[in-house]
Amino acid sequence: MSYETIMTVPHINQKKPSSLFKILRKMWDLKLGMIGGVIIAGMLICAVGAQLIAPFDPYEQDIMERLLPPSFLEGGSAKHLLGTDSVGRDTLSRIIYGTRISLIVGISAVLIQVVIGVFLGLFAGYYGGKTDSAISFMVNVMMGFPFILLAMSLVAVIGPSLQNIIFALGITGWPVFTRVTRVETIKLKESEFVLCAKTLAFSTMRILLKHILPNILPSILVLGTVEIARAIIRESLLSFLGLGIQPPTPSWGMMLAEGRDYMLSEWWLAALPGFAIFLSALGINLLGDAIRDIVDPHMRKS
Amino acid sequence: MIHNHTDSILEVRGLKKYFPIKTGVLKKTTGFVKAVDDISFILRRGETLGVVGESGCGKSTVARCLMKLYDITEGAIYFNGKNIANFTDSKLLDYRMMVQMIFQDPYASLNPRMRVKDIIGEAIRVHGLSKNRSWKEDVKDLLNNVGLRESHMARYPHEFSGGQRQRIGIARALAMKPKLIIADEPVSALDVSIQAQIINLLDRLKADFGLSYLIIAHDLAVVEHISDRIIVMYLGNIMETASDKDLYNQPAHPYTRALLNAIPDVGGKKKGNRRMLLKGDVPSPINPPSGCCFHTRCPDMFSLCSREKPKMVEISKNHWVSCLKYKR
Repeated sequence: MSYETIMTVPHINQKKPSSLFKILRKMWDLKLGMIGGVIIAGMLICAVGAQLIAPFDPYEQDIMERLLPPSFLEGGSAKHLLGTDSVGRDTLSRIIYGTRISLIVGISAVLIQVVIGVFLGLFAGYYGGKTDSAISFMVNVMMGFPFILLAMSLVAVIGPSLQNIIFALGITGWPVFTRVTRVETIKLKESEFVLCAKTLAFSTMRILLKHILPNILPSILVLGTVEIARAIIRESLLSFLGLGIQPPTPSWGMMLAEGRDYMLSEWWLAALPGFAIFLSALGINLLGDAIRDIVDPHMRKS
Repeated sequence: MIHNHTDSILEVRGLKKYFPIKTGVLKKTTGFVKAVDDISFILRRGETLGVVGESGCGKSTVARCLMKLYDITEGAIYFNGKNIANFTDSKLLDYRMMVQMIFQDPYASLNPRMRVKDIIGEAIRVHGLSKNRSWKEDVKDLLNNVGLRESHMARYPHEFSGGQRQRIGIARALAMKPKLIIADEPVSALDVSIQAQIINLLDRLKADFGLSYLIIAHDLAVVEHISDRIIVMYLGNIMETASDKDLYNQPAHPYTRALLNAIPDVGGKKKGNRRMLLKGDVPSPINPPSGCCFHTRCPDMFSLCSREKPKMVEISKNHWVSCLKYKR
């Protein structure tokens, strides 16, 4: 068959670089994203290889060497790089082990938030009307309610444990995802390709999951990274209040709480885990921005 | 205007589509946008029917009502003699198999996150339309039919030009093996040189697949080339219906004459030396003019026009006009 109407797409002659390479290349272009990536990579390494990296057992107490300052301060020893806490446990080791808790809590809580939030947002945006009113009302109630009160009462009822913290953070944090998903769904449901999916007699589920959701995913991904950072901070907050991870498990928030008593004399006890929280939140946010630039279809146009 | 042709594939009777305007906290309906206000027409099997009119005259609304993307306010749409308003689920699926749509904007009508083979092949896969072979084979055939190549299958829409994207949209519509295709401004987003290619492609596919077309355009020149009959719409009403020859040689309605006059004419060979141009804008469909909706801009307006709503009059065989000048 030959038609006068056949058009050609210009062929790219050079070898196509793999998509992984492209992503790494873009990352490099985005220096800040690179910094974020390094921080997150460091966190992941710490979380996975905590046993190998940490110089001491995070639970091992040594009353003779309690409240040692970090080695870069006067009176610090090279043995404990970041000093020791009130019962002589190595701060560096505890921070390294704390990465585990932070990452597990952050990622799992956000996964729960995404699943709840995105589904509700898709339905609210797509169906509109009463469904939308009901879900939007729920979102507003959740957002108007002070998080800390809600999470505290929840943990108080179900008891503080790792799973329950994740559950509490997941169940309270979804409204932001609903908001973003709802707005984007409303925008997309009138678009021609969604109308077309309707004329092709596809089920609503298929339209939502195959046609609308993939086009919202970049926003969710970006929001998700930001929310991981927030969940980590909130876990610290709950732990700080004694409602989170229970001692002696090392969690940054709890280390912060323990350091509070020594704030004026041994300020590093609170400052070091605080810095770890700050650094991880910063790294995740930077990475999130970079991911947004990479997955944006306009950036992908080569 | 109403015939009972057994050869009609689509018949529209008294179609109205009003969009409510809601204001205030209580969302009270304070008025209606009368996008389509009582139109009737038929589309015969194997025919290409063109619908023309300015932006906002309700052409696209008609298309979306026909596709059941909108619920109609009043009237009836008969497809093969059956009222589509009553179609639910399984019958609607049958209807969608037979009636497909080509969209206006080839940049918005293709899912940017799907590959070409999935855009075209999804319907085949989901509805199990390929017989005794892989759905990919069907996609390959469809691509060939619309002048694209198999090597395009794994690409994403953004790698294509506007014309090629529109070809993908056409292939997607053909995947359902439809009998009727409703094309909503299929070429208006394309370059003029590409427009002709797509029009020719549609013409060829009509013969190859035994299709009927309802083609909507704001440009008479586009519709002229492909249509057997043309409907001229203004402000949700049909002004004139005629075969393409009659419409071009003996336009009866002042609005049709104005539209024809507006076609750019290179070389100045057009009959009559003065260009007749319409003054003013299209009135708001929220509050359309009384009587004949065109009287505010009509060069031939007389006193009755603002009072009486004209009815469709057949001035010669199959040539219908809605204008009080022809009132009997």
